[in-house]
Amino acid sequence: MNRTRNNPLADDLVRPLLHTSVWFYGGVLVLASIVACGAAAWAYQLWYGMGVAGVNWPVFWGFYETNFVFWIGISHAGTLISAILRLVNARWRRPVTRCAEVITAFALMIGAIFPIVHLGKPWLFFWVAPYPSSRELWPNFRSPLVWDFFAINTYLIGSLLFLILPMIPDFALIRDRTTGRRQRIYGALALGWQGTTTQWHRLEAAMQIMAVAIIPVAVSVHTIVSFDFSMAHVPMWHSTIFGPYFVAGAIFSGIAALIIAMAALRRMLKLHAYLHPLHFDNLAKLLLLMSLLWGYFVFSERLTVWYGNVPTEMAVFWSTQRGAFAPFYWTMVVCNFVIPVSILSFRRLRTIPGVVLVSCGVVVGMWLERFLIIVPGLSTKQLPYSWGHYAPRPAEVVIMVATFAAMALLYMLFSKFVPIISIWEMKVGNQPHPAVSADEDEERQGLWRARP
Amino acid sequence: MTAIYGLYDNPETAQRAVDGLRAAGVADADIQVMSSEPFEEYEFSHKDSATWIHWMAGLGGVVGLGSAYLLTTLTQQSWPIKTSGMPIVAPWPNLIVMFEMTMLGAILATVLTLFVSARLPKRLPVLYDPEVSNGYILVGVQGPDRNLTAALENAGEGRVKTIG
Repeated sequence: MNRTRNNPLADDLVRPLLHTSVWFYGGVLVLASIVACGAAAWAYQLWYGMGVAGVNWPVFWGFYETNFVFWIGISHAGTLISAILRLVNARWRRPVTRCAEVITAFALMIGAIFPIVHLGKPWLFFWVAPYPSSRELWPNFRSPLVWDFFAINTYLIGSLLFLILPMIPDFALIRDRTTGRRQRIYGALALGWQGTTTQWHRLEAAMQIMAVAIIPVAVSVHTIVSFDFSMAHVPMWHSTIFGPYFVAGAIFSGIAALIIAMAALRRMLKLHAYLHPLHFDNLAKLLLLMSLLWGYFVFSERLTVWYGNVPTEMAVFWSTQRGAFAPFYWTMVVCNFVIPVSILSFRRLRTIPGVVLVSCGVVVGMWLERFLIIVPGLSTKQLPYSWGHYAPRPAEVVIMVATFAAMALLYMLFSKFVPIISIWEMKVGNQPHPAVSADEDEERQGLWRARP
Repeated sequence: MTAIYGLYDNPETAQRAVDGLRAAGVADADIQVMSSEPFEEYEFSHKDSATWIHWMAGLGGVVGLGSAYLLTTLTQQSWPIKTSGMPIVAPWPNLIVMFEMTMLGAILATVLTLFVSARLPKRLPVLYDPEVSNGYILVGVQGPDRNLTAALENAGEGRVKTIG
């Protein structure tokens, strides 16, 4: 068996790093322009104050918080799914994991920007960090916003490490296949990796531990984001179901984002040989499962509120069922439940275009869900004197659009400088298994322990 | 520095090379195997599999938990604010901070142990060949005290090289 004469796997996956098409430059230019518009809109808001945004009494949380929750939810695509698939040793995970982990890293960064944008005085954001100020005034650890700080930073650090560690062997591979400046850069990133048996053991052990650690952290992050709402006495927010409801929604939207990203990569980087219809089919089944789970949570939440018939909650309830927010609500139900269940239940319809179409709908539906959790509750509080109206202003819309462009831009740049599919993990997946009996295997493993 | 190594294009041959070096009297600790992917199914890859990394992760978690406990408790006591009828040191909210810092401690300790035990980062050592990245498996010995060419060549199809 010769594994080296033809190495199309490494060639295919390194090729996008070495050759750049004109489409790449065009895409970067367009996306960077949109991001620049978003930065300009933020600068405009900083200059003129929060008055340029639509948030006002009583709706102080509008698009910015909607986007914060949405992007933190999207971040659940990656590390959580990757960690679960790694732990259960799903063989089909290999081409998917890095695509997914990248989404987590960038979505978390983008999501974490929104509370800072929302602050109005972003230069004071560090007040939420626990540091000994000259006034000895520490953050109030009873505030869910401080919990956010800890949860998001833990998840971000963990996810970045979970993403970066398995990249080291791939950097070493690129180091050895390039020359000049590229070789120096990837050589520095490879940290002197040789691929010794010790290094492989330590890396795999570390990845296993991190996979175990990152799953509860991922669940805690969105649970804590849900606490931002459920700890408040706002109609339809003060709910015990919010933690799992948010987590389920986050995984749901995350899988949808992952499917869209994979389809785009498959087409743009010509990765048809690695991202098979089987991967989309498996993810589509997960998406279907999460759609059903999401439907179950929504039904439970709505039924409980309706059955309880508390007047303050019913005001919010009816505003979403048949009032001003009803068009958004029913669009959300169609996008998140009706379409996914109708299409993904049938194998014949679970084609790549079909799955991508459903995923686009889910992303829209989940954004609407975040909006419908935040705005109707705040605009219809307990006493009618505090009822109000919210409409987004141009600055908010531009900043929101810019974050979607930022996500696409960061993803494009990443796939330009790092193999978007883990090369060494793909190689492991292609390894033949030697015919060894269980007794022989045990004996072989014992050899190293017995020898000096 | 002198070294001798063989480059093999499949793990079976690499395994025979390792066995050949052992038969020639080379201690296991002196045999170096490098590859661009792990070969868990082969005996040569089980070298150095014992590790403290799991214990270090646990220790990191304990340190994180202790730090979080001190951070929340001491700061709440040093600036006592009564909030929503909660006690000054409020255990339920503090548990959230403690959980996050426990996990952060475990993750950071894991990564730190990985770097220390895998000896990263470092300069690329002399005993290395870029052909490893093309899928070859390097089996070699640094500073051999005898001629090991035959032991590496007898393993099968491969290229034997010497340094120094």
